[in-house]
Amino acid sequence: MSPLVKGIGVSAGIAIGPGWVYRPIKVEVKRFDDCDPLGETTRLDDALAEAKSQISELRVRTLGVIGKEEAAIFEAHLMFLDDPEFITAIKGIIDEQKINAEAAVEEVVEHFAGEMLALEDEYFRARAQDIRDIGQRVIYCLSGVDTKSLELPKEPVIILADDLTPSDTVQFDRRVLLGLCTVRGGPTSHTAILARSLGVPAAVCVPFRLDEIEKSALVILDGREGELTIDPSDEQVSAAKTNQTVWQADWQTQLAAASKPAVTLDGHTVEVVANIGNVGDARQAIEYGAEGVGLLRTEFLYMDRQTMPNEELQVSEYKEIFDVMGNRPLVVRTLDIGGDKEVAYLGLNEEPNPFLGWRAIRMISERPEVLHNQFRALLRAGVGIDLRIMIPLVSNLDEVIKARQILDEARQALINEQLPAAENVQFGIMVEVPSAALMIEHIAGYVDFFSIGTNDLTQYTLAIDRTNERVADLASPFHPAVIQLIARTIETARTKSKWVGLCGEMAGDPLATPLLLGLGLDEFSMAPTSIPVVKQVIRNLELKECREIARAALGLPSSEAVKEYLSQFIV
Amino acid sequence: MPSTEITVNHSVGLHARPAAEFVKTASSYPCEIQICNLTAEGQLVNAKSILSVLTLGVYQGHRIQIDAEGEQANEALAALIELVESNFGEDEK
Repeated sequence: MSPLVKGIGVSAGIAIGPGWVYRPIKVEVKRFDDCDPLGETTRLDDALAEAKSQISELRVRTLGVIGKEEAAIFEAHLMFLDDPEFITAIKGIIDEQKINAEAAVEEVVEHFAGEMLALEDEYFRARAQDIRDIGQRVIYCLSGVDTKSLELPKEPVIILADDLTPSDTVQFDRRVLLGLCTVRGGPTSHTAILARSLGVPAAVCVPFRLDEIEKSALVILDGREGELTIDPSDEQVSAAKTNQTVWQADWQTQLAAASKPAVTLDGHTVEVVANIGNVGDARQAIEYGAEGVGLLRTEFLYMDRQTMPNEELQVSEYKEIFDVMGNRPLVVRTLDIGGDKEVAYLGLNEEPNPFLGWRAIRMISERPEVLHNQFRALLRAGVGIDLRIMIPLVSNLDEVIKARQILDEARQALINEQLPAAENVQFGIMVEVPSAALMIEHIAGYVDFFSIGTNDLTQYTLAIDRTNERVADLASPFHPAVIQLIARTIETARTKSKWVGLCGEMAGDPLATPLLLGLGLDEFSMAPTSIPVVKQVIRNLELKECREIARAALGLPSSEAVKEYLSQFIV
Repeated sequence: MPSTEITVNHSVGLHARPAAEFVKTASSYPCEIQICNLTAEGQLVNAKSILSVLTLGVYQGHRIQIDAEGEQANEALAALIELVESNFGEDEK
């Protein structure tokens, strides 16, 4: 058995094949003094022209093979090559220091890359990679390196690299590309975007050692889980092959049926909806058959900025997402942020225990206007849609009463100002703290629904920081105490005629599906990519049988016992 | 010298397409144009340089200052203001 290394899966699917360690040609830039500035400037001009023609060619190729959005990367690169400051800086150094063009290019590229890396926002920081990509190309052209002579795979392989620039990625022939795996990069890197549009499994941030991989070593890449297995055993290969075949067949069937409702064999229908955080997720959710949104995270509006997002901006951002979802039900979670994030204008400070501190709904005592503004924007943007709003991290009844009052005030204020305000908006809470799960009967009178956040409920019930790697393994939502709380929440809410959803990772885990169905859950909310499979699982279950399964599972003494018991119902 | 202060409301800030549009517009005028990020208290840089504009790190909600000097300075400034105010041509209004 070879151990697997885990990173972030960014493009689903399983690839098995020889690994191809990709190392871009590294031209060692040597610095020469006493060069002829005129000669070096001419060399530079020629190299810039050559680089431009190469990139134009790549752009056309990308446009044909991949698409317009991806080709835009190269349009930006062309602008960099025309940048007056870039060119003036290089020529200035050549003139003043009388050094060779290669050394001057490298110096200027590193200067701009350094400035971009100093910025906070990930999207801005990612541009450092682009300017280095450009610099590398100009240096190739200066050194007469023919990038086309670079050895490229001819047989199907899984590309393993430290990081991949867009020019690296597009030069691979789609027909020999089984998968992409990089040590660096993130979910928003070019690798991730390109892999998804090519439909190739990919993982990023995978901490493997490039030097330790032997030439043509067999590897298995799981782009769903972000896992890489190097030199797998025969058993691991055959298991992966089975998984791959099953995955491909299942995925096709599931995707084809994804837009159909999730009805059990005995005719019970549940809602299967998506967890989303932006408009891109919303589009993906629809593609994967989401019947609505069970969790719209709104933190994106508040991050990476110095001032409160104004109401107009909030309205327009919400509208963009609401428009994609149309008349499907949509649950928005109000701001869920705390001392683990630096957002100065909200008055967040570093705290010794940010997950037990001043966060989420607890802000309303000191900063009610934050929630008031968010409610106003949501009510304005949500006119005519099936809008539901929920508040996170409730642990006391006061918070619910206060939030509800702020919601009423926000609506009244809009009416007074003769602005449109959404009507029939459902109001609910997240059940993520054990105290809330144990107080459903007291809270039910003030809400229309409950949504169980199993990730936090597990963390708070078991006293496990799930970001702490040494204990994260212990954080299982299948723990008997957690499923007792889930069972109690659903049961109590039902007696009060309130519906219950679940929006933690557990909702997207097919192992949990019979248990949650049996407990009486009404709404399953998950990552869009999990929707097709969970719907399929539901269609093969019988509610009556699931009730028995749930009853039996509630009697078991450990997470392991619960999981083992449930695994027999996975088909 | 014509100069103005304005807030960038586009969701990506001066990045990607908005940054490219800004630089293209600036480059179409003969005058010298400089820009600085007031929110980040940055320095004035050449508005015709995409790299310089990106290194300003102008995020959504940041205020920027634009200075123009020379031939068609007023026209250039008006065109850039129009571009930012129209949210880089994405506003429906």
